[in-house]
Amino acid sequence: MSPRKTQALQAVPVNSPMEDWLRMDRMPHIWCPGCGIGTAVNAFVRAVEKTGIPREKIAVVSGIGCTGRVAGYLKLDSFHTTHGRAIPFAIGLKLANPELHVVVFSGDGDLIAIGGNHFIHAARRNVNITVICVNNFTYGMTGGQVAPTSPKFSMATTTPYGSLEAPFNLAHLADSSGASYVARYTTYHVRPLANTIKQALSKNGFSFVEVLSPCPTLFGRRNRLGDGLDIMRIFKEKSIRRDGLSTDAATVDLKNGPIIVGRFKDQPREAFLDVYNDAMTKALGKDRFRPYGPVTMRNPKGDGDGDGGR
Amino acid sequence: MEIQSSSRWRIAGFGGQGVILSGMILGRAVSIFENRHATMMQSFGPEARGGACSAQVTLSDEQILYPYVKKPDVLVAMSQQALGLYLPLLRPGGKLIYEEDLVDIGDQGDLPEGVTAYGVPATKIAEKLRRRIVLNIVMVGFFSAVAPVVSRESARKAVLYSVPKGTEALNGRAYDMGYKYGVDTYGGES
Amino acid sequence: MHSIKEAVLTGIHFIDGDVACAEGAIAAGCRFSAGYPITPSTEVVERLAVRFPMVGGMFVQMEDELASSIAIIGAAWGGVKAMTVSSGPGISLMQEHIGLAVITETPTVWINVQRCGPSTGLPTLPAQGDMMQAQWGSHGDYPTLALCPNSPQEAFDLTIRAFNLAERYRTPVLVLLDEAVGHMLEKVVIPDADDIEVDARRFTDKPPSEYKPYECSEGSMVPDLAPVGQGYYFHVTGLTHDERGYPIMTADTQVDMMHRLMNKIDLEDVTDVRESEVDDCEVLVVSYGITSRVAERAILDARRQGLRVGHLRLVTVWPFPEQIVRDRATQDSVQRVVVPEMNLGQMVREVERTVAGARPVRLVGHPGGAVHDPNVILEAILEETS
Repeated sequence: MSPRKTQALQAVPVNSPMEDWLRMDRMPHIWCPGCGIGTAVNAFVRAVEKTGIPREKIAVVSGIGCTGRVAGYLKLDSFHTTHGRAIPFAIGLKLANPELHVVVFSGDGDLIAIGGNHFIHAARRNVNITVICVNNFTYGMTGGQVAPTSPKFSMATTTPYGSLEAPFNLAHLADSSGASYVARYTTYHVRPLANTIKQALSKNGFSFVEVLSPCPTLFGRRNRLGDGLDIMRIFKEKSIRRDGLSTDAATVDLKNGPIIVGRFKDQPREAFLDVYNDAMTKALGKDRFRPYGPVTMRNPKGDGDGDGGR
Repeated sequence: MEIQSSSRWRIAGFGGQGVILSGMILGRAVSIFENRHATMMQSFGPEARGGACSAQVTLSDEQILYPYVKKPDVLVAMSQQALGLYLPLLRPGGKLIYEEDLVDIGDQGDLPEGVTAYGVPATKIAEKLRRRIVLNIVMVGFFSAVAPVVSRESARKAVLYSVPKGTEALNGRAYDMGYKYGVDTYGGES
Repeated sequence: MHSIKEAVLTGIHFIDGDVACAEGAIAAGCRFSAGYPITPSTEVVERLAVRFPMVGGMFVQMEDELASSIAIIGAAWGGVKAMTVSSGPGISLMQEHIGLAVITETPTVWINVQRCGPSTGLPTLPAQGDMMQAQWGSHGDYPTLALCPNSPQEAFDLTIRAFNLAERYRTPVLVLLDEAVGHMLEKVVIPDADDIEVDARRFTDKPPSEYKPYECSEGSMVPDLAPVGQGYYFHVTGLTHDERGYPIMTADTQVDMMHRLMNKIDLEDVTDVRESEVDDCEVLVVSYGITSRVAERAILDARRQGLRVGHLRLVTVWPFPEQIVRDRATQDSVQRVVVPEMNLGQMVREVERTVAGARPVRLVGHPGGAVHDPNVILEAILEETS
């Protein structure tokens, strides 16, 4: 046993329910006290446990950044890729191996700024993957720069006099780009978040779950929102759940509220591979078309748990 | 006429006339059906999308080291613009093959020295078959009669190999009519 | 292992280098490609888009070259042989992911049909201006495997070889065509599937409990892959990592990892240099790609004038075949070395470095847009020869 491992075992309580799902020889993790990424990981693991998907059939893909490290800590087949490109990697992985449940776990800067083009095209293309975006309104890993999710006039190291730009509404962006499933929760909403991720995993097509998360070190402090606990209090007090609400109305206002959460969209449509196999059979005929990989689930409605998600 | 051991061609016209296909048929006849060597370079970019269009074909018994045709032995002109562009480049002793109703070559005396011109009403012949689209195959039949760089048999095989399935009979006839026009008008083996 | 019969278009064809390259990929077992349209490479993916559905493969046109170049890495980890295709600006955009494929040791093939740069340059015309980019385009040190065909036939053959080398060494392999080879139609003979040797993906025979993603077996410097979705729970990262694939942010780990990456390719196995009349030659011509064909024309003319001219044609351009070039260039008989290339001096630097002043090395450069006039190369061969 390496010294690193000994140390890790000392640092983490024995019998943690997460232990079996994490690479314990990589603990302690790099995330700050009060950070919400661990909570999102926790919710994800609970969701996976509930789906009953065989563990080896889940692959996690991350980009770069604090949330980008998720892939490295989960004891699953996991891929830590380049900045912004987790989604196209995931598409290649999924199309090569359709049996896999491919989950992209990454941050708002990674997925929406540098990776924004891939995000909208993936939603449009509707490959059967799940994207979990931990949105902490800033770039954590590089030290608190402005993000395309930063609230207008918020402070960041690269906008020392306040951000001048309007942030994206990620749920609306995903929805209008064609995602089949769109939801948002905060790290305060542990249980609904886990249920939502579970539902997203079971949907055929591009499913998107946004997780609002505190970054006390770099966003909270600089914007006078307090520490991790204070931000959790904001999430608790200002959140309103509006399932099925049109995503353009599903806004986020950290200062004055409301922070609208819930499952906004659940409109499965045929996923890319299903369309591909159908269209090629038509175009080339059964004799000439050689189907690509095993045919995926043919239930366009998915098998969601129906626990009030609409 | 004896089949030449090497020959450099410029085939030029407008996009949509089948310029590229006629070059490919020539190349296929030589390389697939005669197991000799052929290269073809095409013009690319906007000019190949409906405007001027041209192909450079080199045929040889030996491996071709330089695939571009700077001074062609044979120019096939299917538009007036093509004639203007490439006639000055034609080698002395070269052959000009042109579509009579699309290209006006003026006085025979104005041609560069040593150049022989061979005209064919390919569009009219194609219209006799009620399919103008086979214009280029008529041209192929014609030029394989007047500029024999490949056997008639190989050229005809290459035509049938290159055209869409179900159109072989039509294109075969187009080829034969072009070939026959060449032999009847300019002599040679029939 | 051999190619799959029903996928291979056995026979004699008159096709261009781009199409031949696509057919080579299919014969090599490639079944996934992602790309973005760009002249003069588009015909490769257009061909794949037509043919893949008939052979159990898939082409996806992605939103850009960044997406294309990483989708193939994802697909390779998904268990499929994969390649991407581009030119000029698109290849520039892909550089980061060549680095990712190197560090994650992902077998992939990258086709570059070279056109003139810089920037948009001359999209429809040939150049050999990406030769140094092939080695140095992505940041950091890394070994590059790059092959350079000079005909459609070689575009077919070398694409197959590229896939085989990618599997053998778990590394990205580049095939550097140019617009002239890509758009030139010529005879391509596609053999029987049984006569096409194909390296299969090599997976570990260890159980998950004993498997480490970047641990090599005795006598090998190339680790075995684990199949995804089979409970190996492996981790892959673009960060510097140890045998377990875990990121370790230390100089020691970097030293260990780089040592293996830089030395895992067997030079003798990958080197392919074609020699013609090099024994006792007075002038040695070193060339590659389409320029090697044009140079051959000049060489034949020079020989006809009584000069002893040897030709070294680099088929493997990276890793640069130092040993062969040095040995040949410094033979007693050789007075000068002539390097024609369709750029303003790239591989000539490698020749100069290798020859290290022992013989004069003369560049015959061309900024691209057209291949050399063979007479220009001929003049350079004849020049200064007493």
